[in-house]
Formats: sequence, structure tokens, C-alpha cells
Amino acid sequence: MKVDRRSFLSFVIGGAAGTALSPLPWKLMDDSSIWSQMWPWTPVPPDGEVVYEDSTCTLCPGGCGISVRKVDNRAVKIEGKQGHPINDGGICILGLSGLQMLYGPTRVKSPMKRIGERGDGQWQKISWDEAIAILTEKLIDIRDKGEAHTVAAIAGSDSGTVPALIQRFMTAYGSPNFMRTPSGRDADELAVNTLFGNQGRTGFDVENADYILSFGSGIVDGWGSPVRMFRASSLWKDKKTTVVQVEPRLSNSAAKATRWVPVNPGTEADLALGIAAVMVSRNMIDTGAVSGLSSWKSDLLANYATEKVSQTTGVAAEVIAELAKGFAGANRPLALCGRGKAQTAGSLRDIAAVYALNALAGNINQEGGMWPIPEADYIQWRDVATDNLASAGLSQPRIDGAGAGKYAQTRYLASRLADAVNGNGPYPLQVLLVASANPCHDLPDTQRVKEAFARIPFIVSFSSFHDETAAMADLLMPDHVYLERYEDVPVDAGLTQQMIGLSRPVVSPQFNTRHLGETLISAAKAMGEPMADAFPWDDYETCLEETLAEKWDTLMEDGVWVQADIDPVGDRLQLAGMDADAVQAEGDVNSFPLLLLPYDTIRLTSGYIGEAPFMIKTVADTVIKGNDGFVEVNPQTARAAGLGQGDMATLTTPRGEAQVRVHLFEGIQPGVLAMARGLGHTAYDAFLAGKGVNINTLIGPVEDPSSGHDAAWGIRATLSKA
Amino acid sequence: MKNEHNDNPPVMKFGMAIDLDKCTGCGACMVACMSENNIPFKEDESDKLVSITWMRIFKLSNGKSFPDTDICYLPRPCQHCEGHGGHSPCVSVCPATATDYSRETGIVSQIVTRCFGCRYCMGACPYHARYFNWWDPVWPDGMEKYLSPNVSPRMRGVVEKCSFCFHRYQLAKNKAYLDGERRVPEEAYQTACTQACPAGAIVFGDLNNPEHQVHQIVKPDPKHGGRSQNPRAFRLLERLGTNTKVYYLSSREWVRRSGDNYLEHEKTGQASQPHH
Repeated sequence: MKVDRRSFLSFVIGGAAGTALSPLPWKLMDDSSIWSQMWPWTPVPPDGEVVYEDSTCTLCPGGCGISVRKVDNRAVKIEGKQGHPINDGGICILGLSGLQMLYGPTRVKSPMKRIGERGDGQWQKISWDEAIAILTEKLIDIRDKGEAHTVAAIAGSDSGTVPALIQRFMTAYGSPNFMRTPSGRDADELAVNTLFGNQGRTGFDVENADYILSFGSGIVDGWGSPVRMFRASSLWKDKKTTVVQVEPRLSNSAAKATRWVPVNPGTEADLALGIAAVMVSRNMIDTGAVSGLSSWKSDLLANYATEKVSQTTGVAAEVIAELAKGFAGANRPLALCGRGKAQTAGSLRDIAAVYALNALAGNINQEGGMWPIPEADYIQWRDVATDNLASAGLSQPRIDGAGAGKYAQTRYLASRLADAVNGNGPYPLQVLLVASANPCHDLPDTQRVKEAFARIPFIVSFSSFHDETAAMADLLMPDHVYLERYEDVPVDAGLTQQMIGLSRPVVSPQFNTRHLGETLISAAKAMGEPMADAFPWDDYETCLEETLAEKWDTLMEDGVWVQADIDPVGDRLQLAGMDADAVQAEGDVNSFPLLLLPYDTIRLTSGYIGEAPFMIKTVADTVIKGNDGFVEVNPQTARAAGLGQGDMATLTTPRGEAQVRVHLFEGIQPGVLAMARGLGHTAYDAFLAGKGVNINTLIGPVEDPSSGHDAAWGIRATLSKA
Repeated sequence: MKNEHNDNPPVMKFGMAIDLDKCTGCGACMVACMSENNIPFKEDESDKLVSITWMRIFKLSNGKSFPDTDICYLPRPCQHCEGHGGHSPCVSVCPATATDYSRETGIVSQIVTRCFGCRYCMGACPYHARYFNWWDPVWPDGMEKYLSPNVSPRMRGVVEKCSFCFHRYQLAKNKAYLDGERRVPEEAYQTACTQACPAGAIVFGDLNNPEHQVHQIVKPDPKHGGRSQNPRAFRLLERLGTNTKVYYLSSREWVRRSGDNYLEHEKTGQASQPHH
């Protein structure tokens, strides 16, 4: 057939028209969109049997019950446990992100020893037997030389069986140097001891109080047991409870309060004492729960007259009078303290002033009041039989200076560790064991801490994650994460009851990790007598079950054990401890005219757990943008420095310097800067590392003269155009 | 036949009441949603225009200077607009019928496998509640283990948004059917964000059912386009006539005012006539 021009065109046009009229183009478009959405790399989560398994979250001290949804053997979602006494179904952002930690790429997947330079991240996988051998040989060697005291341990907690095993290990070994990472608990324990004369902690009956006076406590920013406090905050809204937040910055807690009282940074205790003075002078106090009032009274009235306090704190005289009237006139008033999440200890003066207010309001051991109660004492192991080497080591002073001399009442001073190791301690450290703590990120003055760590010849990290401290270690002996292990979780965090939660394995261990309790028991056994004798248990689970005794069955069944009626450790507060001078921010006012304050937010973690990708995703672009961190500045202060929203600036303090972006915020006092705590990680993965600035690189510890605790609440600073 | 007709389940209208006086801006709803719905994440999520968050918390400010400043957080899921007779802004522009208004539940659906990524719906949505997948989702090695089989991970080139955890409704409906119940009980179907909220700020349920808490709080007025009869309640851009099913509660006038664009002389709580 001859193809001429006419038939060719007819064929092409006819074909095109025919095709267009047929379903073919539409079908092809549809197919191509389906095909292009069926890439093999888009995961298809396998289906399976759905079960829920209950456990207790240990990511913060809050002690919430969790229900983990599993599909076959995969944990797919963490939810709050319905009916749990703390959180009743509610859960926080960190608890929800737990699976990203369990399955995340930052897990330490096997025991490892360092092969490159420190901090290079070059590791060699080793077996658990080899890891135990390396550790025990080192420890035996040091102990045999009579230098057991040069081994120290730092942990995130000192309650519960695992921290108790670490402490026991140290005692049997012969070192006095067990340290707990600093937190508001330090000051609280000291205050109970000083003011009530007994060892204990406080519980706050927040649910039943009808007037809350919070001196900077981040009620909805992660203070205490966070989900409990969120629930209390909503309960207060329903009951129309008055909540007054005293704070220099409009935090979320201040925004949620009935009234925000801006106060000059660091003068919260002055305001508390000023309120106390008004209450005393107008006879609005209950004298039943205080002792030493007559001698204290004259000092108080002389030093904290309303006009003077108004000047110090920047709070108007009539506001002070109103607060005193409101607080003293309420049926069940309650004052709270500990700035933000109470992540630093704070000074004894700060805490004693607020506890005194509670006592003067007559709320000690009352409904809606403050309860000084004993610490949990369910761990009743027989005493460790120490040999001569151990006794010699234990008789040495602690490296951090706690428990002796002027700090006799203080238990731990981990914030002084860096200074002690950097040459101001009584002896050099040879070994440091680190468990559920990340001092190379969380302790103030990070550079000095890292310097100190570089000086310690041998560091062992038990962390489940490649955090900043693990990066400085020589030996990694990774613990299971909480979803893979059994553990008792005693909850204190401001609760008025004694409560123990049980963490139990929801999934089998994902990697070649080992329970820290197990590691300690096997290390002690490998070290022979007398260490082995102090650890008679076959394994950690036996130890746990024996320790919990009659509570074990309840815990296995309900996941939580609660004792509601507790005898308080005291009912009269000795008015003392408030005569010290206020702790000032470090730095010279003339060279550093501004003040930098750290602030806490529930969307960022505190303590040793790094933020999961989900959490970072919720962080506003006025806190992190790209890798840049922001500093909050009052527009007036920013204008004076020629800075606008988003501008790059240099933030300088006596301890360090950082490049930051400016975020204009009207809710902060002119002259004051604020920066979020918990950022600026150098370890972990690309989802976290390098984002923002670690405020601990800009702030150093300031010692409280009465306790030695770190009482820094901020530092002087300058901000200039970069 | 008549009886059979009467046995049909009643028409439901699932909706939310979010108490902004209680909301603390903690972000638990955002992460509960991400975890429930297999929402991916990237190394940098600080460009919020391309950061997928079905539930997003906005921070509002009264704009006053120190110390009269006040802030408030506002969680924003998809508002599940009913418009006038199911005429939601997004549904009416979707050429692929990938998004639809359910007259059974009042939920605006999103069928990602039908979506071909034209993004008309994103342009139409007044609430920025819709998100486009500019990239294929990538989970770090091992993390895909936590993905839930109830919600398909999406791929590059499609739009996604909050579904009021529709898969939870399906599960609850199946269960109700097996239990011989005609209606899904209130507590059997709750969204992930409602369940997680530690402040109890979110209440979810059937706005048509007088026994449901959300109905009792909102007291919707069917004669006025579902407007709430609770003086504390407002909806976002209510005067557009989108007839949304997410109600916000606040005792603060400036917060209620932030919900729409008011002229100086205009008062809140007025005029929500559906446009014809």
C-alpha cells in the first residue's frame, strides 16, 4: 500500500483522536501514578496480632505508667496507661517518643573498646566476657595498689535497685565516690534535713491546694512528675484555683497561671521572705508548725520590709501585700520552688524561704500542703563486709568534697567534679564509671567538664546511646533500654505517697546489650572475694524479686505499688537557713550588662536522654532554625544592640561565647536573655547533633555557700551583632 | 422496609473541643499523632512549610509589651470542614476524588493512593492543614520497625492530612459490630491526640450525639451552621462559612479574637451565616 501525505495525516490524526477518546490516556495516567507510588523502598509495615503490654517509663523521674502497643513482636506505639495513679492515660512528648530511642540509630549495639584517639569515635566490638575482663582487671589492679578511692561513679539517680547496686559495688570495692547528677532533689533533701532535722524529701499535695504560689517552678514545663503536674494544672482550671507564677520570663507555666508576677532574676527568695514578713507583721501566720519564730522574726522584719523587697525584686509594694493576703487568706495555700524543671540544685536560701512560707501558712502535713516524708527504704540488703583495702579507700575524703567539713550535710556535689579532677581535688581519679548520666553535656561549664574527662585515664560508659560522655569513654558496656528490661522505679518527684513502678521488658533486647544490674553482679563475681560475697544473687532478676519481696506480686499484677499513709519525718519547721546572702550571677556588671537565663521546656529533654527526632520536629523555628539556636531578647534590648528578629549575634559570657540568632519576645524583661536548655548536642545522630547551643557551655557552677551545691540561676552576658 | 430504614445508624458528626485555657503547648498531641500515623521526619525540620505535622501547635500572642504580654497555644488538626452541605474547601477542588466528605461520620477523608499531587486542596485549605510529600519518607535503619500497619506510609508526590484517626473508627466500628452494638461507644473511638493530651484539653466525640461530652461542651446550633452556643467557644475563620468541626474554648477575649480577622469595631461571637 502506498502511503501518501493524505493517508499518513489521516492515520496520525485519526489515531490521536481515537486514542484521546478511548480510556487509554486516563488509564495510563492512573497506572503511572499508581506505579510511581509503589516504590519498593516505601515500607509496608507487616500486619499481625495486636497486644498491649504495660510497663513504667523511666525516661524522666516522673514514673508514668505506659501501655505499649505491639504488632507481633514489634512495638509500634507507646500510650499512657489508663487508670495509673500518676498519669491515668496521659503521656508526655518524651514518653511518646520512646520507640525512636529503642529502634534508633544511636544505640550502642554491643560492648566496645576504644581503638582510636579519645573522641574520634573509633570502636572495636568485643564480647561481654572480654569487656568484663577489661573492667575487672583494671579495677583489681587499682584496688591491689590500695587506691580504690580513685575510682568514681556518677549516676542519674541513687534510688532503686540498680543505683543501689552501683553504690554497693563502690562500697565493697572501697570507694567513697558515688555521685548523683545534680538536680533540685539535692537542695530538697538538704532543706528537709536542715529544717525538719531528719533525712527525707518533700511531697506536695498539689491536687488539693486552693492557692498556688510558684517561685519559678515550671509547673507545665516539666517540674516534678510532669504528667501529674499537667493534670493538676487542668484540675486547677476546673476548680478555679488561683495560681500565681513568680518568674522573670513569661514561661508556659506563667502563661497558664491566673497571674504572672515578673520578678528580677535571682530574687525569688527575697520576694518569698518579703511575703513572709508581711504575713508575720500582720499576724497572718500559723505558729503551730514553726519553731524559732521569735528570734527569726526581728531579723525578717528588719531585712525584708516591703519597700526594700519591692526594690530588690522589682515587684510593686502593693503586689507584695496582695500576694501575702491571698496566700495567707487561702484555705489551703501551697508554695512551690525549684526553677523550671529544677535541674540544678539551687541554694538553700531559695528553698528554705519557700518552705518557711508553707510552714507559716500552716500547711505542713495538711491536705493540700507540703509533706516532709521519708525516702523509700524497701531495699534492705545485708551490710557489705568490707576488707582492709575497702575500709582504707572508704576512709578517704570524697573527691567532690561532699559530706565533710562545711558541706557535711551535703550528699553529692557532682558539679564540683570537673574542678576536682582539673587539679583542685584531694587526689587524681583513675577510673570513672558513668551510668544513666551524660555529664559531658549536662554539667555546667561543659568545656571544663570535657577537660576533666580528658584527664581521667579510664572511663566506662554504661549508656545505651552514643551520647557525649560515651564519646569520651574507653569502654562501652551498653545497658538495655527501659523497654527491654526489668527495673524497679521508685517515684519521688514531689509525690505525697511512696510509689514504686515496675519497668518490664516489652520487647526482647534488640542488640547485644546487657542489663546494668547484671553487668555489676557479674563484674563483682569475676573480681572474687570479698566483692563476690557482696553480690550473692545469681542474676539481677533474682535480686529484684528478693528485694521487692511481698511487693513483687502486686508489681507484677498492677505495675505499680502505692503506700498512701506515710508518717512524715517532721511537723515543725525550724526557721533557719535563710540568713545567707543571695547567690549572685557570675560576671562583672560593667563588662557584661545583660543577664542570660536558661529556660526549660517540656519539648526538650533534660538529663541524659537526648531528644528523639519527633521531639525536635515539634520545636519552633524561633528556637532552632537549621542548626542555629536562638536567644530570646526583649525588643527594646535588641533595638539598643541594633538587632532584629532572626539576626545572627554573638553571645558572650564569662565562661564562653556562641553564635546565636535573635528571637524578639515581649515576654521577657528588658536586659534579660533566655535560652532553652537541652540543645547543642555534639553526639547522637544527624537528627540531633549540631542543633542549637548547649547553654552549659556558657554557664558555670556558682557554689551555694551553705551547701556547696550549684546555685547558678543565670550568668551575666553581652549580645552584639555578629 | 420502613423499620429497616429506621434501623440505619444515625448520622454522626465527629468533632473536637479544644480547651485553650488548659492547653499547655507541650506538644504531646503532635507526637502522639506522628507516632500513630507513621509520619516521617527529616534531618532538618525547621522549615515549617515543608515539615509534615498533621497536628501543629501555633503560639499566639496578645502583642502587648512586657509585662502585659500574654501567650496562648493553639493546636490545629484538620478542621474537617462541612461547609454548606459537605462542601468543604478542599473536597470541592480535588480533581481525583482523593479527598471526600463523609456524610456518615463528618470526616474529611484523604485517600493518598488516589492523590496525584496537584495540591489544589492545599491552596484551597484556609487552615494550612494539608501537607505535601516533597520527598520519599526515609526511616533510619531499624526504625521502620515501629511503623504501624494501620496507616500506610505515604510516598513522594501525595498530599496528606489529619484523618481524625479514621483507622481507629474502623477498628471501633468492627468491634461494636462484633459486640452486637449499633453505635460506636464514645470511649471506643478517640483520636491519638485526645488520648495522649496530659492536660485533658481535647475532647472528641460525636457532635450530633447529646450524650457525648463534646456535644455538651459545644452545644452546636444547627440553625446557624453549627455555631457553638457556648460563649467561650469559637472556630477558626468561622465567618468564611467553612463550618468546621474543631471548636476552641477560651475565657480570654484576645484569644477568641485571634480566631478570625476582625475589624476594630467588630465583636467576636457574631455572624456565622453560611454563604449561599
